[in-house]
Amino acid sequence: MLRLDTNKNKPDFSSTEIRDPLNRVHIDVSQQPKIRVRNLDFYYDENQTLKKINMDIYEKKVTAIIGPSGCGKSTFIRILNRMSDFAASSKVRGEISLERRDIFDPEFSPVELRKRVGMVFQKPNPFPKSIFENIAYGLRINGVKNSHEIEQRAVKSLKRAALYEEVKDRLKESALSLSGGQQQRLCIARCIAIEPEVILFDEPCASLDPISTAKIEELILELKKYYTIVIVTHNMQQALRVSDYTAFFLMGELIEFNETKKVFENPSDKRTEDYITGRFG
Amino acid sequence: MKGKGEKFREKLIEYILFALSLSAIIFLAGIVLTLLKEAAPAFRDTGFLNMIVSKDWYPTYEPPDFGMLPLIAGSFMVTAIALMVSVPLGLCSAVYISELAGKKEKILLKPFIELLSSIPSVVYGFWGIVFLAPAIQRHFDLSSGYCALTAGIVLGIMSSPIIASLSEDALNCVPRSFKEASFAMGADRLETLINVTIPAAASGIITSIILGTGRIIGETMVVLMLSGGAAIITLSPMEPVRPMTSAIAAEMGEAAFQTPHYHSLFAIAIILFIITFILNMAAEKLAGKYRLKLGSHR
Ligand SMILES: Nc1ncnc2c1ncn2[C@@H]1O[C@H](COP(=O)(O)OP(=O)(O)O)[C@@H](O)[C@H]1O
Ligand SMILES: [Mg+2]
Repeated sequence: MLRLDTNKNKPDFSSTEIRDPLNRVHIDVSQQPKIRVRNLDFYYDENQTLKKINMDIYEKKVTAIIGPSGCGKSTFIRILNRMSDFAASSKVRGEISLERRDIFDPEFSPVELRKRVGMVFQKPNPFPKSIFENIAYGLRINGVKNSHEIEQRAVKSLKRAALYEEVKDRLKESALSLSGGQQQRLCIARCIAIEPEVILFDEPCASLDPISTAKIEELILELKKYYTIVIVTHNMQQALRVSDYTAFFLMGELIEFNETKKVFENPSDKRTEDYITGRFG
Repeated sequence: MKGKGEKFREKLIEYILFALSLSAIIFLAGIVLTLLKEAAPAFRDTGFLNMIVSKDWYPTYEPPDFGMLPLIAGSFMVTAIALMVSVPLGLCSAVYISELAGKKEKILLKPFIELLSSIPSVVYGFWGIVFLAPAIQRHFDLSSGYCALTAGIVLGIMSSPIIASLSEDALNCVPRSFKEASFAMGADRLETLINVTIPAAASGIITSIILGTGRIIGETMVVLMLSGGAAIITLSPMEPVRPMTSAIAAEMGEAAFQTPHYHSLFAIAIILFIITFILNMAAEKLAGKYRLKLGSHR
């Protein structure tokens, strides 16, 4: 991923002002954001996938990203932990800071960033290892050597991911023997074991049945106590149920960003209204 | 509706193809039967176990000795040396090509590896004679450069493309989602490679090594040209050896038809066949397991 910024100086995060005459993107200046995104442009080759995105992600809140397929939701959250680095010939312009620290700063390694900003993917992707090893691996690469501590933290995160009771007798079995919903909760457990500050969810329920989906939603509301959460979802009801803030993306633009209640009950933009009432998308 | 003639033609084609595919089995059975028939007198006279454990191979002495142990040991020695060369070489190139190389490097490297595997073995042998054998002789101050080490190194180089290309396939088949999961947890490229990508491709990699081993054991021309040809049992790689294949190739011409010598050469062939058969079965089994393991994630 190439950075296109014209000014080589460190971005100036003191300016919170953004131009938005219609106040569709509502940024709460009284809150210190966990992640701040300013004037973010993103390109795959020459195709601009994200255009001038400005938004804040608040601490210990759930922010939902909604919008039709292909509008750039996944692209957006993958930039937040720089998984976008792996997309060949992609380019980025603009500023993103995690607690006032520029995430594109060459001194801020993506590896360190990803330890603080974890991710759960659309399709459950446990490693073809045992349930226990799935969690232990992340701890080991994060420098936890003591096997007693690894075990303790694995159990703790399995409990926190509401999976422990179901798997406590089979921790040595392959993670692939779990059901889809269990696999996804294992991926969540594996992510929270390394104690990130932010967790990014990219349509975590897209491949799950309604019961598993309900469990994950419940879990997200619980996790909100400890983590800042960003969740991409296709499901309006889900956004309404789990999120505090909602961002509506359309063709690479952030059309509306506000408290979830406001976005759903009284959208400022006609296109948002059309989308949430199911008129397109 | 299809006409009757057309239907008949389709059936005919089906039968012909079936017969042709059956012929593979018939050829295999024919070869095995011939081998068994010609080897039987040797096993009967000397005894199977006796043959593979006795240490003397003097087929032209009076009375002759047909102990295959030195030949088997020679094959194993050469194979072990070859694997020490081809496994690191093949795996490193596979990892480099599939995980690290950019698009352009890939396009440049892959055809070269394929080319390397298409060079006839006699050319490798020739290179060993004019270059490697003299170099080894000088370097280790030996009376002759034709020894297990020379043959092993050349075989190793020769078989590394198989290992490289099959391992590369295996690494490529590791779903991207596994690697992404690892990176998203803050692993760097090396950690991901060692802990996630290589283990996920392990059975494919092992299969490639087994198939490479089969190639090495069965290779004849290179060992005939380079191994030195002495049927002795030794632990030193600098000594000449006489692997099974080179014994067969060198002696079949001089062994008189239907003599004990002639039959015992067939017995060697049977042993070779059993070894390669086992290797292939193992590879086949592992490959199946590998598909099962990753199947749901593809
Ligand atoms: N790796 C990539 N290379 C090139 N184009 C991509 C890549 N990933 C996504 N895109 C394109 O970027 C646009 C946004 O995709 P994405 O962020 O995945 O959308 P969403 O998650 O909202 O469905 C789409 O037009 C998609 O085709
Ligand atoms: Mg997406």
